[in-house]
Amino acid sequence: MVISIARRFASTVAVTSLLALGLAACGGGTTKDSASSSAAPAPAESAAASANPNAPLKEGLKLAFLPKQINNPYETIVDNAGIEAAKEFKGEAKEVGPSDASASSQISYINTLIQQNQDAILIAANDANAVCGPLKQAMAKGIKIVSYDSDAAKDCRDIFINQASSEEVGRSQVKLLAEMIDYKGEIAILSATANATNQNTWIEFMKDELAKPEYKDMKLVKVAYGDDDDQKSFQETQGLLQAYPNLKGIISPTTVGISAAARYISGSKYKGEITLTGLGTPNQMRQFIKDGTVQKFALWNPKDLGYLAAYAAAALASGQITGAEGETFKAGKLGERTIGKDGEVILGPPFTFDSGNIDQFDF
Amino acid sequence: MAPDTASDIPVRPAGEARGGLGRFLRWDVLVTALLIAVFLAGSAGSDGFATIDNLSFALGDLGEIALIALAMTMLVVAAEVDLSVASVLGLSSALIGALWDGGWAIEAIIPLVVVVGMVCGLINGLLVTRLGLPSLAVTIGTLALYRGLAYVVLGDKAVAEFPANYVSLAVDDVPGTPIPYPVALFAVLAVITGIVLHATGFGRSLFAIGAQEEAAFFAGIRVKRIKLLLFVLSGTVAAFAGVVFTLRYGSARADNGMGIELAVIAAVLLGGVDFDGGKGTLGGVIAGVLLIGLLRNLLMLNDVATEIQSIVTGLLLIISVLTPRLAAIVRQRRRAPAL
Repeated sequence: MVISIARRFASTVAVTSLLALGLAACGGGTTKDSASSSAAPAPAESAAASANPNAPLKEGLKLAFLPKQINNPYETIVDNAGIEAAKEFKGEAKEVGPSDASASSQISYINTLIQQNQDAILIAANDANAVCGPLKQAMAKGIKIVSYDSDAAKDCRDIFINQASSEEVGRSQVKLLAEMIDYKGEIAILSATANATNQNTWIEFMKDELAKPEYKDMKLVKVAYGDDDDQKSFQETQGLLQAYPNLKGIISPTTVGISAAARYISGSKYKGEITLTGLGTPNQMRQFIKDGTVQKFALWNPKDLGYLAAYAAAALASGQITGAEGETFKAGKLGERTIGKDGEVILGPPFTFDSGNIDQFDF
Repeated sequence: MAPDTASDIPVRPAGEARGGLGRFLRWDVLVTALLIAVFLAGSAGSDGFATIDNLSFALGDLGEIALIALAMTMLVVAAEVDLSVASVLGLSSALIGALWDGGWAIEAIIPLVVVVGMVCGLINGLLVTRLGLPSLAVTIGTLALYRGLAYVVLGDKAVAEFPANYVSLAVDDVPGTPIPYPVALFAVLAVITGIVLHATGFGRSLFAIGAQEEAAFFAGIRVKRIKLLLFVLSGTVAAFAGVVFTLRYGSARADNGMGIELAVIAAVLLGGVDFDGGKGTLGGVIAGVLLIGLLRNLLMLNDVATEIQSIVTGLLLIISVLTPRLAAIVRQRRRAPAL
């Protein structure tokens, strides 16, 4: 009887599939090309609103940082610096967020922040589009949106604080590694999640940089994903080194990835054989610089990132800026900043840490 | 709805007959009471809670979990479980993304992915019923398998920009009400599931299978056939939930819905369905889904840390499984003090 049910089921499947195929073949229905896209244009009112550069920063502004996930050491540093910055202009800032970095997990937090009538939401988007709908609802209610670290779609935020120009990060990582391995050998990348907007942009620029003639003896053999999970990154490193015995270097442009990779290498026979670099924080990497596992790594200053984001949010919420290209605002100790194309504000060039300077930093 | 009619068949362990008071101490009634308590506490204590906007959002946010919970309730009542639902959702989402990107019409994509979900469910069902494998093991396997296929289909891409009229169906409220379309659909399906489960012979046979499969078989119930049907149903619903999920978030990705099978099963158990099968009510499950959702919403509104939210949900779940057992033990002790 089970067989008969399976047979009947199979015919249902076949008929429905044919129907679906037929529909597709006839070209009837809504396709990507025919559809009016769901990505509606940016609300006109925000563009039309006029900026008053001389408006003072309002007191008592409510800012909320929504990181990719809470308890990520890097994001905690950024957000805490932002919360500190808010005290300078007598605002109230807080950090809320999901415990996992999946695309959908930030949505309910955005809704909550709307209900709480925050003045601005500062978000490191897990998925540029998934957060879009709720962010637009927030904007419609007059809440200012600043994205930092990982951007949301352009029409769903007022300003993006870019930690460094993506191009500069990508290219400088390749240069940093190349100098250490004499521009020769197989290399791999250990990234975060496969969907992280920032990671993928950097990796594109790394590939572009590698295409230049001076890197002709370097070969990118694999991009591995550690999902910004310590254990997974550790295992991926192990896997890379086993799968590619000739591997000379690894770039891990994520703080979780590089520290997990360094931990694996420092305790393995590959220590001294393989050159690891990437983006890490001094406190996480200090022991590996000291024990010689890692020579150099880079990062921008995450404290400055949070600080700048907080000031940008305050400037938006106070009406000093609207997010249009060319507007300027004062960001406390970081001085005056100008909004660039697509509402981007760039923090500055990445900074290289090594055994000579790491002890000057504590974060 | 007639409360767990079939669980009163003689296979029920001795010593669990209900007294007058026992009826009120049933777990699903307690969960409903708890739900009302949470709602009242929220309305009184938190500004943004009892607003139409917030509740409408909180309901919409539960849409996929609630839909999948309907099919899961029937499976668990029949003493089976499907852990692969979130992966079927992810596979469905990945397929939508890949086909949409490939220029397919959305009207063709939706039925196709639902059929793929049916096939996923059929595979689970055949492995369980034909080979006699435990569903826990089979669906842990397909949990990994279907999620893997999702990545094969779409890789690490995220496909966006779905047609606005379809996105509206997943996001907007039914005109004139604060109820999002997916929730309205859930309500209709919940009524149908409730009737099927609690007021038809088919529903009773699920309770009979869950209470004691062999007895049900000898009573003439086509156990394997019914179980196969339940797995197919579960896969179908999960794939459809994938459609809703994808349109609601406007982003098709292979990792969509990762881990929500646990939320679904938590809601089913919290609603008082016995994991060993044979006992439970759909009303309890719906109260369980709402309780988890509203409690989480309320905790978030009050800036309760995410870790504490998980702890609260986890404790609630343990209490929900523990309380009926403890109550049963207490009753048994009372009956047989000589032990």
